[in-house]
Amino acid sequence: MIDSKAGSGTSRREILGLGVGAASLLGGLGSAHAQTRSAVPPQKPRGQVIAGISQEPTVFNPLMPGSEVDQGVWWQLFNPLWSIDPQGRLVADLATEVPSVGNGGLSADGLVWKIKLRKDVKWHDGTPFTAEDVKYTLDLINTPGFRVRNRVGHSLVKEITVVAPDEIHWRMESAYSPYLSILALTFIVPRHILEKAQDPNTAPFNSAPIGTGAFRWGERVAGDHLLLQANPTHHGEGPYLERVVFKYIPDLTMLYTQFRTGQIDYLGLSGISAHFVKEAQGLRGRKLSLSPTAFIEHIALNLEFVPFADKAVREALYLGMNKQARIEALYYGLPVPTESFLPQQSWAYDSSLPAQRHDPAKANALLDAAGWASGSDGIRQKNGVRLEFANSTTVGNPGREQSQQLLMQDWRALGVAMRINNMPGAVIWGEFWQKSKFESVMVGSNFMLGNDPDVTPRFSSKAIPAKAGSGLNTYQYQNPEIDRLLAEGASQFDQAERKATYGKIQKIIRDDLVLLPIYQTVMAEGIKDGLQGFAANINCSSNCWNMRSWFWAS
Amino acid sequence: MIPFLLRRLWQSLILLAIVSMIGFAILYLAPGGPMSQFAQSAQMSQEDLDRIARQLGLDRTLPVQYWDWLLRMLSGDWGRSFRDNSPVWSVIGSHLRATFELMAVSTLIAIALGCWIGILGAIRRYSIFDMVATVGAMVALSIPTFWFGLIAIYLFSVQLGWLPAGNRQTIGDGSFLDVAHHLIAPALVLALVETAIWARFMRSAMLDVIGQDYIRTARAKGLPEQAVLRGHAMRNALLPLITLAGLQFPTLLGGALVTETVFTWPGMGRLFLDSVEYRDYPVVMGILMFSAVMVLLGSLLADMLYAVADPRIRMG
Repeated sequence: MIDSKAGSGTSRREILGLGVGAASLLGGLGSAHAQTRSAVPPQKPRGQVIAGISQEPTVFNPLMPGSEVDQGVWWQLFNPLWSIDPQGRLVADLATEVPSVGNGGLSADGLVWKIKLRKDVKWHDGTPFTAEDVKYTLDLINTPGFRVRNRVGHSLVKEITVVAPDEIHWRMESAYSPYLSILALTFIVPRHILEKAQDPNTAPFNSAPIGTGAFRWGERVAGDHLLLQANPTHHGEGPYLERVVFKYIPDLTMLYTQFRTGQIDYLGLSGISAHFVKEAQGLRGRKLSLSPTAFIEHIALNLEFVPFADKAVREALYLGMNKQARIEALYYGLPVPTESFLPQQSWAYDSSLPAQRHDPAKANALLDAAGWASGSDGIRQKNGVRLEFANSTTVGNPGREQSQQLLMQDWRALGVAMRINNMPGAVIWGEFWQKSKFESVMVGSNFMLGNDPDVTPRFSSKAIPAKAGSGLNTYQYQNPEIDRLLAEGASQFDQAERKATYGKIQKIIRDDLVLLPIYQTVMAEGIKDGLQGFAANINCSSNCWNMRSWFWAS
Repeated sequence: MIPFLLRRLWQSLILLAIVSMIGFAILYLAPGGPMSQFAQSAQMSQEDLDRIARQLGLDRTLPVQYWDWLLRMLSGDWGRSFRDNSPVWSVIGSHLRATFELMAVSTLIAIALGCWIGILGAIRRYSIFDMVATVGAMVALSIPTFWFGLIAIYLFSVQLGWLPAGNRQTIGDGSFLDVAHHLIAPALVLALVETAIWARFMRSAMLDVIGQDYIRTARAKGLPEQAVLRGHAMRNALLPLITLAGLQFPTLLGGALVTETVFTWPGMGRLFLDSVEYRDYPVVMGILMFSAVMVLLGSLLADMLYAVADPRIRMG
């Protein structure tokens, strides 16, 4: 094992300490946490960790469309140029430093990028990693026939030049600051393997990948588990474990049961169901980490649906919603109420947004003033339009289904009729959601791009799929001021300036009530006693991001 | 025999064509689709989803997609999974062994136990044993398998710690004893329901047979009771069970959806459930065609066994 000499100059121990501190911070909220005692990582990789997950990882080419579970595996097999630590800082990985205007990596106008790479990195097959691999990765992403996840930011990259084996330059078509964050989630793939493939979409690499990560491919038993082995030539921190196993257990109750019986060491990614959390806290030899996630549970409103086009209706619905009761009764107080689409741990989060309060009297007054009069059946109407709508969510999600029942009660008290129209995941998230065929949907969404608050795909008027736009603005929200601010934020490189811009965006979205925010999700993850190094990281798609630092206390 | 087989083969091909058309149409016309799993990702725009759908060939009309699938299927190419891009045949093959292991053991237990209970129940009709067996069979058939599974896990895994709470084997072990240890609970839970079915069928068949004239004749000519039961009653009572065995044959490879899910058993049942959930059309169609072939084979096998077991039946 090669000792770490990370680009930031931080030692292995310091990084480990940082991770431990961050985990304690993020896993706070009064929880007991796994990282409560100091321990020294072993000299050689030792033991294995079985991570229980409720979805099966199936996509192993990190440039192709994959779920968060797949990404949990990619973090072990591959490396990005830099990554984002739990505090939201960019930390060099395959690059020697994160480019900035200050260090000359970025030109003042943000158009020219100069990246210096590490010289001591090798692929799992022993081939040296070079700038050609980075060029190949960026070229592949932009290759028309390649089934890439997305080209956001990458499509702006032009004139890629390999200056030396350890240095690469490129020019951006326009300044785009979120690209730093996008690259932190873009894993570099090996040119020498993939360029030999007739079709990268079906290359053997996709089912037995070769990366630069702390773990290399072991075996996959489809429908059961995936085993990764320690990479002894890893360039960075760790690994301290001989093996990492991702064990697929689709049923959440069984997943928890196997954590309870000790068959799995770490229960993450999907987390422990809220109704098991209290019991899990009392289990001997197990610890819980209550990790905030970037997912914001909210009611998505289709603003083209006539009643929701009236801002008074949206305000009344929000005032009539008993948010805290829902959090307490259904989720055992775990989630955190929020007003923003950004997680509270984001550097761009605006904590000054007005807090919602449950005020049915004011909600009724608002609707009265807006001309929504009560009909003979107690349901309000205006100009012949009844204040009645459907709310949809995924079937088989007990928390959300119960939450809908409470919402029905809350809003019935305002003279608003809500109907429940739930569907299987494959149905609701198809055209129904994408083409805004819903009236309202209860959904949890991560609005961030890595740790970047750029929400152009969510709120730009050019991002409405139902109007042939390219994006995820399924709310059909249109506001020229928001469009202007989004463009401004994406071209700024100074974080303080960006924070101000995204603060304004959050205020407008909150004021317009484009969506009715309910809470920021907090995930309960289970860890077997003695497992060290776990560090929840809201900026990564998976808390498995640093398994290279995990080890068993001796 | 050969004309019979050729006729059955021809009928089977027509049936398979109909099954494939109906299955394909239902699957593709059902709301939602494989793209929905990515729809919530902030990283993927509608443009990305449309592009991937185009690359997977999902933007073509249904008849074109069906024709393309059929031609590839006939040439031996079952397509590739939308989920992991593996060939469908290899995806199905990788789950077959686990399913066969579980189903074969549970079926053997069920046949042995079910026949014994059924025969004894029929011979001692309305005895305490018969009544207990009848009530037991009704209970086993009425209560869902997942409930039995959960109770077994709670009792033997969580409380007593005797058996693992699911999985096919300990990762990194996989020895015969380890596999057998993991197999006990799911095989017994699955066998419980199957035993009840076999016991009811066997009892009914035995009751039919022991009331026949030839049994009375056998007794009248002075044969010992054991010889009457073994040589005359049981042999004839087993005939209707050949049909049951033929119907059970596809399940040997088709898997048990609920039991496999509860016990985290990586078999065909779970593969089917996952594939439907993700709208992995090529795999779902592959499983559908595979199951249809198994049903037809099972039925053919039952007909042939019938002829072997009963000389009165001639095929042609």
